[in-house]
Amino acid sequence: MGSGLQLRSEIDHLIESGDAAGASRRLSELWQQEPGSALASFLTSRYEKLRSGLPFTSHRLALLRSFTVEPLVTLLRAAGFVAGLDLTVHVGDFNAYPQEILDSTSALYAFRPDTVILAVQTRDLTPELWNGYADLSHESVRASVERALNSFESWMKAFRQYSPANLIVHTLESPPIPNLGILDAQSDSGQSAALRQINEGLRSRCREFRGMYLLDYSSLIARYGYSHWHDEKKWLTARMPISAGHLIHVAHEWLRFLMPLSGRVAKAVVVDLDNTLWGGVLGEDGMHGIQLGQEYPGAAYQALQRALFDLHRKGILLAVCSKNNLDDALEALQKHSGMLLRQEHFAAMRINWGDKVQNLREIAAELNIGIDALAFLDDNPVERDQVRAALPEVMVIELSGDPNAYVDRVRESPFFERLTLSEEDRQRAAFYAAERKRSSAGQGFASKEDFFRSLEQEAEIASVGPATLARISQLTQKTNQFNLTTRRYSEQQISEMASRSDCDVVSLRVRDRHGDNGLVGVGITRDSGDSREIDTFLLSCRVIGRTVETALLSHLAETARAKGLKFLRGWFLPTKKNAPAKNFYAEHGFSMERNNDEGSQWVLDLQQNHIECPAWIKLHVRIEEKI
Amino acid sequence: MTTQSYERVRIIASDVFGVSLEEISDESSPESIERWDSTQHLTFVLALEEAFQLQLTPEETESIRNIGEAAKLVQKKLQVARG
Repeated sequence: MGSGLQLRSEIDHLIESGDAAGASRRLSELWQQEPGSALASFLTSRYEKLRSGLPFTSHRLALLRSFTVEPLVTLLRAAGFVAGLDLTVHVGDFNAYPQEILDSTSALYAFRPDTVILAVQTRDLTPELWNGYADLSHESVRASVERALNSFESWMKAFRQYSPANLIVHTLESPPIPNLGILDAQSDSGQSAALRQINEGLRSRCREFRGMYLLDYSSLIARYGYSHWHDEKKWLTARMPISAGHLIHVAHEWLRFLMPLSGRVAKAVVVDLDNTLWGGVLGEDGMHGIQLGQEYPGAAYQALQRALFDLHRKGILLAVCSKNNLDDALEALQKHSGMLLRQEHFAAMRINWGDKVQNLREIAAELNIGIDALAFLDDNPVERDQVRAALPEVMVIELSGDPNAYVDRVRESPFFERLTLSEEDRQRAAFYAAERKRSSAGQGFASKEDFFRSLEQEAEIASVGPATLARISQLTQKTNQFNLTTRRYSEQQISEMASRSDCDVVSLRVRDRHGDNGLVGVGITRDSGDSREIDTFLLSCRVIGRTVETALLSHLAETARAKGLKFLRGWFLPTKKNAPAKNFYAEHGFSMERNNDEGSQWVLDLQQNHIECPAWIKLHVRIEEKI
Repeated sequence: MTTQSYERVRIIASDVFGVSLEEISDESSPESIERWDSTQHLTFVLALEEAFQLQLTPEETESIRNIGEAAKLVQKKLQVARG
């Protein structure tokens, strides 16, 4: 506890002296040491003083519940701050969730949440399926299931009508011991089966509505142990059903949803080799001496590789940063029989004796992603501390103690969570491999134009449709660099804009001789009077600098002209990251109309100017006319 | 009383109620600590249970009227747990 007290006073000194980054680092260190309800109060009060000096992502969360959640809120906010999220939380009245959802003028909607969590217990919604099952006939079980699903469906419908926010729905849990004991598992229509049926129904309804997701509450309880999860006495006296030691697990589970929903995710994970990807030190133990394989003790490292491989499948890039001799490391990567990950799975490699901080900067630059999109996995606490101090925006995964638990540190991390997976995600590693070919090809050309021509690029501009909605929303959430306004939109919001007669949402897909780059650009416009306003214009980093942005802009300009509009306008709203887009409007002949604290507004007179699609890009346009 | 568990109870109270450690004495109570309302009382109890890995009964929860009593209760429970 001594060090905990010291850390507390050190934190207060750092806050007083104005060192927000230093204070934040100590706060997260303290949280690693003693995460829990007491410290959560301390953390949130200190982070509240720091929030203006640190790059937090803000997110508004509403909790609708049938039990006491107040102690959970502090835990969630503390864990959120540590992970870079500044959560504003609204708690709905106790058991008032149906009214709050069904009334469009309720406090819930007035709060304008980004995300809503609907946490309802089986014993509140369907008490007969919780502890009255033995009394029920087949028909009344069926009626209960139907009633529960109908209620959920009417809430979901009303919610989607009144709010574009994300909705996370807790599944209904089964009681720890079925009312009829082991008999329950013998029957098709048992108590657990009935609750599973409700949960299956919930899953299919979540899929029908956009932006609704299921939190598998029974699995969460099972992960930590059913027999210790509940505190029956506190449920009866304080309506708090979860025992003290498990509250933090609920908060962490919520966070795993809130990170991808707020766009705070790792796009790449940088891994160490010695004692991380395998056991032992390659330079000392040699390739045949390192621990890696299906048996103890090497199995711990193979399990970690399997978890990383799963991230790779989810579209998260892998990179190596290791202090080793390059040739030795490459030999182990290619030839060791226990390796699940091979050289081709890594999008970037820095195997040298240099400083890891510098190596991480280079890896981010090579992959064309922000430093804050990197996660760092290294068994060495000194390396982790150095990275935390020099690059506070990197998401550092804590690896310590038993190597067999490393795999859990990766699998439970909220940084790698995704709620949807697009075709682009699945193909990402292949895109990057093709990109490596492209940039090495680019070196031999006399002029840029020659290089562009050699790429044989084809751009396809299309209206948003069911197949591209998720990817378009994802791009608005994740694109930071070539993004003129950095406005984040949910699928629901995109779909609403697309349905308006004065709005257009178009996507850009780029192919070239090295392969398909996938859906990489988005333009959103709104027409009023004689002018078209560009609400959103963004380009994925993997096609920056190849002039495809001009193709997209030319489409927006020429379709506006065809509609008889006279002006094309757009804002550039500067952020810490979007410098690559800074000169975009100036370079395309726009003139600055306005300049204020937020940014600059640019205009192009369509009667005086044309924007041509570059000659080396073959353009295909697939726009559906709106009625 | 200057045991380790006693110190820990004081730190937890300081964190939960947002007052400095120096301001927390055995007599500190809802009367002297502004933020000690029923919600924070529940959080305080949960924090004690979590930190010391024990469970307090509703009667015990209600019996805590100041920090001294909380510390004594925790100490008693820990002794029982150790047998």
